[in-house]
Amino acid sequence: MALIGTGVLSGMGVVFKTFLETYPWGRVVLRTVGVKPTNGLVTVEYPDVKQQHAERFRYFPFLVYDQTPDNLRCVACRICEQECPPQCIHIIMEKDEQGRPVKNHGRTLPKVFDIDTSVCMSCRICVDVCPFDAIEMDNTYELSSEGRFTEMIYDKQRLLKSDEYFHSIHPEEAAVVDQRLAAKKAKAAPSAPSQPGASPAAPPPAI
Amino acid sequence: MEQAIESQLLEISLGPQHPSTHGVFRMNATLDGETIVKLKPVMGYLHRNHEQIGESISYIASFPFTDRLDYFSAMSNNLGLAIAIEQLGGIPVSERGEYVRVIMAELTRLVNHTAVTGFLINDMGAFGTPLLYAFREREKILDLFEAASGSRMMCNYVRPGGVREDVPAGWLAQAKQLVDGYPRFLDEFEMLLTDNEIIRQRTQGVGVLSKELAVNASVTGPMLRATGVNYDIRKVDGYSIYPRFAFKIPLGSAGDVYDRYYVRILEMRESVKILQQALKQIPDSGPAISPKGLAIGKAPRTFRPAKGDAYGRIEAPKGELGFYLVSDGSPQPYRYHVRAPSFVNLTVLEDMCLGQKVADTIIILGSVDIVLGEVDR
Amino acid sequence: MPLSQVWQDLDQLFVHAKQFLLGVLPEPWRPWASMVVTIGVIAAIAPAIMMYLTWIERKLIARMQNRFGPTRVGVYGLAQPLADGLKMLIKEDIVPRGADRLLHTVAPILAVVPAMLVFVITPFGRGMIGADLNVGLLYFFAISSIGSYAIFMGGWASRSKFSMLGAMRAVAQIISYEVPGVLSVVAVIMVTGTLSLTGIVDAQADQWFVFTPWGLVGCLMFFLSGVAEVNRTPFDMPEAESELVGGFHTEYSGMKFALWYMAEFLESFAICAFTVTLFLGGWHGPNIPFGIVAVLLGMIIATGSRLPWPVRVLGAAAMAGALVLWGRQPMPSWIWFFTKTYALIFVLVWFRGTFPRLRVDQLMGLAWKFFLPLALVNIVAAGLWVLIPNPILTWVLSTTILMASAWLLVLANKPAPLARRTYVLAD
Repeated sequence: MALIGTGVLSGMGVVFKTFLETYPWGRVVLRTVGVKPTNGLVTVEYPDVKQQHAERFRYFPFLVYDQTPDNLRCVACRICEQECPPQCIHIIMEKDEQGRPVKNHGRTLPKVFDIDTSVCMSCRICVDVCPFDAIEMDNTYELSSEGRFTEMIYDKQRLLKSDEYFHSIHPEEAAVVDQRLAAKKAKAAPSAPSQPGASPAAPPPAI
Repeated sequence: MEQAIESQLLEISLGPQHPSTHGVFRMNATLDGETIVKLKPVMGYLHRNHEQIGESISYIASFPFTDRLDYFSAMSNNLGLAIAIEQLGGIPVSERGEYVRVIMAELTRLVNHTAVTGFLINDMGAFGTPLLYAFREREKILDLFEAASGSRMMCNYVRPGGVREDVPAGWLAQAKQLVDGYPRFLDEFEMLLTDNEIIRQRTQGVGVLSKELAVNASVTGPMLRATGVNYDIRKVDGYSIYPRFAFKIPLGSAGDVYDRYYVRILEMRESVKILQQALKQIPDSGPAISPKGLAIGKAPRTFRPAKGDAYGRIEAPKGELGFYLVSDGSPQPYRYHVRAPSFVNLTVLEDMCLGQKVADTIIILGSVDIVLGEVDR
Repeated sequence: MPLSQVWQDLDQLFVHAKQFLLGVLPEPWRPWASMVVTIGVIAAIAPAIMMYLTWIERKLIARMQNRFGPTRVGVYGLAQPLADGLKMLIKEDIVPRGADRLLHTVAPILAVVPAMLVFVITPFGRGMIGADLNVGLLYFFAISSIGSYAIFMGGWASRSKFSMLGAMRAVAQIISYEVPGVLSVVAVIMVTGTLSLTGIVDAQADQWFVFTPWGLVGCLMFFLSGVAEVNRTPFDMPEAESELVGGFHTEYSGMKFALWYMAEFLESFAICAFTVTLFLGGWHGPNIPFGIVAVLLGMIIATGSRLPWPVRVLGAAAMAGALVLWGRQPMPSWIWFFTKTYALIFVLVWFRGTFPRLRVDQLMGLAWKFFLPLALVNIVAAGLWVLIPNPILTWVLSTTILMASAWLLVLANKPAPLARRTYVLAD
């Protein structure tokens, strides 16, 4: 049976070892007495030093365009709006006076595409369900601002980012997306500009 | 001197704003001096309509919400829902996907058990040292989660049929390194806590839960096993690929707070064994998700399981986590129900607390291991 | 006294400085000026000590937890206490509705004042004592127990159940722990035959009391009872932030809250200072030839093959410097005092960084069932020490008595950790 007090003392030993590990001289002392130092300071001093995030790190979606900002991949099919779990996406399709969809580069396009940062939970469902790979996840995370109904609602202009940017932040994923798009293009080439996947006139969300 | 001094009972509301109720939970306690004579748990402050929302969105869109049930073990929650949907839709799981899922689930167990041990000691009044040691190790695992899924806590990674994307190159080697180093941390952690006289004095014989009551109240997880009942769904159901691994189920005997603590420590050691075997056996290549699975790019509304119901359950770190789904053939579930282990385990709180001191109530609550996101849903 | 003499003897630096200041004044003013200077110095250093104790505590605990601690305000966060103080000053002072306003305000002041009064009789160094009372020890115990009134007053006046529970715990705890605290000092009084702190320190010139069996037990008991009296971990029941939110100071904010903290930190400093004074030799340095120690350490460092070479060179140089310094002048007494006190404060912080707290009934049990009987046995041991002239016999006798009684008390109390548990690994 252990003596009363040894448990307390061994706990104090662990804490003291950790204390020494955080100082360079303490690590020297530990090595001298034959203890291998393991953990040092683990704090990342945030505004000065930023944590290195993994490549797949995701935060807040953005809209991808090819070459020029008017050539965006989004066709305003509203699948993401419908599937978005917290319902933070709002899309209105661009239509002319007669109510027919306006086409640009052979595709319909959204007139309004708003995402509310304060509601979005960065879950990536919109990216997973998008049949056109038009929406992707960003990795900037310093989005705080004071305007709840102004700056925190991201409109189409602020959401648009180039394909090159997507390639620069998620190179691996972008390569996969490019492959998929190329395959789709090859398949769709014989039959003219019909839409794969869901039809543009998807029903409005059930709730 | 039989006549005691006449005294009044003191009613005190521990929570919802209280440092140790693990969120917005409230205990209406009636005290006689410092002794609890009555205790009523009040919950629902964090109610978010999880089940109702699940019935109005497609199956796949529920996954991000399951992350937020028990936010310490998002991967396990994903796995539970995925298993339920697989049963409902008859979706096979790819071989590599199974391994990745088991690895993630066991890493989640490590995350949860280290953190809850730290919180337990914090509830006892330590100034955060064990908790921060636990968080230091937890961060390393969360780094792995981030590398695989893109998010540290709200992973949204497991999908019916496998996992959303395969783990990145080199991930398995990193995981192996972490897992091999983990017993060392556990040894140090135990040196700090297990034999500490203050902790043993505080926890042994406190909050005793009897075998009969535990079974009758359908308590599950480490809390049940601390009373000595050999019940672990990984062994009972043998879901996923758990039968392929050799591991033991640690059982306590007294059913008090100390046993719950120590059973968790031993479970972590067994998890390390499972992880080591899984990392050795995992196939080098192969799809992470089976062709029938709900992979990226698949339109969610096309998944319409046939009429019927399914109950998928797993051994989540906190106990039996079950998802009950009823399909009416539409893209949304007709009924979506979560059997949350924290919630069920909390029902025996009053029985454990009666006759104990105020200070014990706090650590008993800590040893139940609740996450309010799961209790209130 | 001329200015040039002030620097000559480092040991008496502060004493000479004060005499120099008084020397400037005309003769009839001197007694009054002496009082004013002493009070002024104590009133100035007490808050400074408290402020930097918070900094030290935060830094050390942070390092024990792999963190930096305060780094943002000033170099190494040194200006953090000032920033905290400023923040406390400009915070809103909230008094709960239905609370007793007067007592709510008076209580924190009543807590701080005795904590500062204790500094008057602390012997900081040779000749450095505010007032050398011949009943200094009695004064210390009398003054330091006023704190319990303040805590109960604050807890009662807050009109909050948490505060009330905390205050009740505090009173029970402080009163319980005063008994073993005082009884463990009785041994010192028996051996030295004086209540004057200067006398007690002088008696330890040859041997610190901690190096005797009764002194070691007395020192541990006095220190731990003191920790309990000032409500520090592992005995911080009255605050118990994980159970009682904040205990007696739940309903305090702003400067009043800061005053509670000031009282707590000053009292913990006082406990450390008095443990040093009573058992650890006060301002006496240890009786070891430091020149030889420096030479030996220098040789060990210089030849240590596992150390990197800059460390070896620097260490050896430092030891050579220490040898030279030691040859010229002994280490000033106040440096010894503060070194020892801050070492004990490190132990306090170390406790706080390691331990969870005990439960109320266990804490009371520790005081009444373990410390109190042991303190009584300790008085017997000290009596034997005084009575029996043969040093070997006294050592053997008092050590056996103390160890046997401590072990018997442990067995009689049947603590939970004595029971071993087995765990089944089932399939």
